[in-house]
Amino acid sequence: MHPAFSVLIFTVTSGAGYGLLAWLGAGQLLGFTQTLTVNQQIVIGLMAMVLVSIGLASSTMHLANPKNAWRSFSRFRTSWLSREAVFAILLYPVAGLYAAAIFWQWSGINILAGLSMILALVTLFTTSMIYASLKTIRQWNTPMVPALFMAYALISGGVLFLAVDAFFGTLKPQLQAVVMGLVVITLALKLVYFFWQGKPQGATIQTATGFSQASVRLLDAGHSAPTFLNREFGYQVAADQLLRLRVIMTLVTFIVPLALVYCVFGGLVGAELLGLAWLIMMAGLLLERWLFFAEARHVVRLYQGEQRT
Amino acid sequence: MKLGLVVDLDTCVGCHACATACKQWNTSGTIGPLSDERPHGKDPSGSWLNRIHSYEVGDSPHSKTVNIPMSCMHCETADCVTVCPTGASYKREEDGIVLIDQDKCMGCNLCSWACPYGARELDPNSGTMKKCTLCVDRIYDEQLPEAERQPACVLTCPTSSRVFGDFDDPDSEVSRLTRERAGQQLMPELGYNPVNTYLPPRIPKQQDSMSVSPMQGVRQLVNRIINR
Ligand code: SF4
Ligand code: SF4
Ligand code: SF4
Repeated sequence: MHPAFSVLIFTVTSGAGYGLLAWLGAGQLLGFTQTLTVNQQIVIGLMAMVLVSIGLASSTMHLANPKNAWRSFSRFRTSWLSREAVFAILLYPVAGLYAAAIFWQWSGINILAGLSMILALVTLFTTSMIYASLKTIRQWNTPMVPALFMAYALISGGVLFLAVDAFFGTLKPQLQAVVMGLVVITLALKLVYFFWQGKPQGATIQTATGFSQASVRLLDAGHSAPTFLNREFGYQVAADQLLRLRVIMTLVTFIVPLALVYCVFGGLVGAELLGLAWLIMMAGLLLERWLFFAEARHVVRLYQGEQRT
Repeated sequence: MKLGLVVDLDTCVGCHACATACKQWNTSGTIGPLSDERPHGKDPSGSWLNRIHSYEVGDSPHSKTVNIPMSCMHCETADCVTVCPTGASYKREEDGIVLIDQDKCMGCNLCSWACPYGARELDPNSGTMKKCTLCVDRIYDEQLPEAERQPACVLTCPTSSRVFGDFDDPDSEVSRLTRERAGQQLMPELGYNPVNTYLPPRIPKQQDSMSVSPMQGVRQLVNRIINR
């Protein structure tokens, strides 16, 4: 699949935003935001919503006909994209009420915190299901995709929460340990995903053309220059290049940030390095998302001459 | 009704006449112009509702060229419709035709991702998705003589390799052909239940496997002598 830059930015930044909001809500419910002042909590919530908004704005940039974007709320009952749009918008008033509850210390604050957290997670889930529900792309059509999307959001939001917490001087070692544990779990899941993806399976040029007993080769694609279908689905990266990028991605997204958080945890370096850890992780996640698209092989490629997906 | 096409892979010669007729008819049809980019340039591109791919099936010398025209299969389980967030994509109750409302489409491309058959292409000019309409503006047009109430691609095909009809009617030509010639769906394992079927090439009359042409006999003899 062609990795559209606007979609990469969208899923990575809004993911971190939803993750951060989920941590803030969890902190209210579990009590670890009690060390923060009212203003500090509101700053964190605002940061989350700014990240989310940057992502959503970027997502509209890949629409070819954005004047009809408002119609995307209309198929809530069937379309995951529609559900995503509805939940993403619904989160704004809820998060606004949550901010008000923090500011005026309403008694219903726990409900609003929990609601914001759940809505953030549900929105993440709907985004990931847009990809995971496509039967045409076997690399995406797995429950591992929603699990990974939620995990990425929680670790990128989590490290950002730690960085801000450190900035306010209220860094908590327990929270650092929890975030580190999540990074390790996410890494393990990603490795399982890579392993699973490498196994040959799915449709072949034989099932695509109906000649199940014979070898089939493309003689002529029927057009002299690339078509929409080639541009959208025919994205090609050399296998050794992909392998190299996988290694770099694993280092930058997981290993380096994990090492940094660990060093802060052990008191080896100053807590201000947590901000750096977050930036490095975000760069790694952008590469991860690029790979997510570049490695996804749509079945249309079989008609374009590929032997298997 | 379950309207769709049967394509005969035995007789299709891959002339692209159906694709051209399709573009010609539909570019002034219900879904607006099918625009092109750089039509006279080095790398012309544009939206088409029907494309033909040619394959070599089997291994030489026993291989065969097979041309497979691909347009929308008007699938019974059309995920392209399910994923559409705007409601622009829909499948008609009455005849199963899958269409796109050009006034509602926001050009998100998701339906083209959900289609296994490459039947949907984004129009570079309007920014909306385009696909085969099954010539819905011909097949019901009572202004046309009855024999012409057929899709443009079907009417134009010089080898009559495309047949249009109702798959719900067991006596229709499409149902009969599918039954008698073992018409099959493409990529059935994905579960889209495409309505269009493809008739596999007929198997040529079996030659007597023992008979060897005179030239081959000579060649074998020469080979045997050389190898000795
Ligand atoms: S062929 Fe593609 S566009 Fe047509 S109905 Fe099936 S999934 Fe939808
Ligand atoms: S491109 Fe248009 S028709 Fe296709 S899913 Fe998006 S809004 Fe629906
Ligand atoms: S039925 Fe009409 S729109 Fe569909 S491929 Fe044939 S000519 Fe084109």
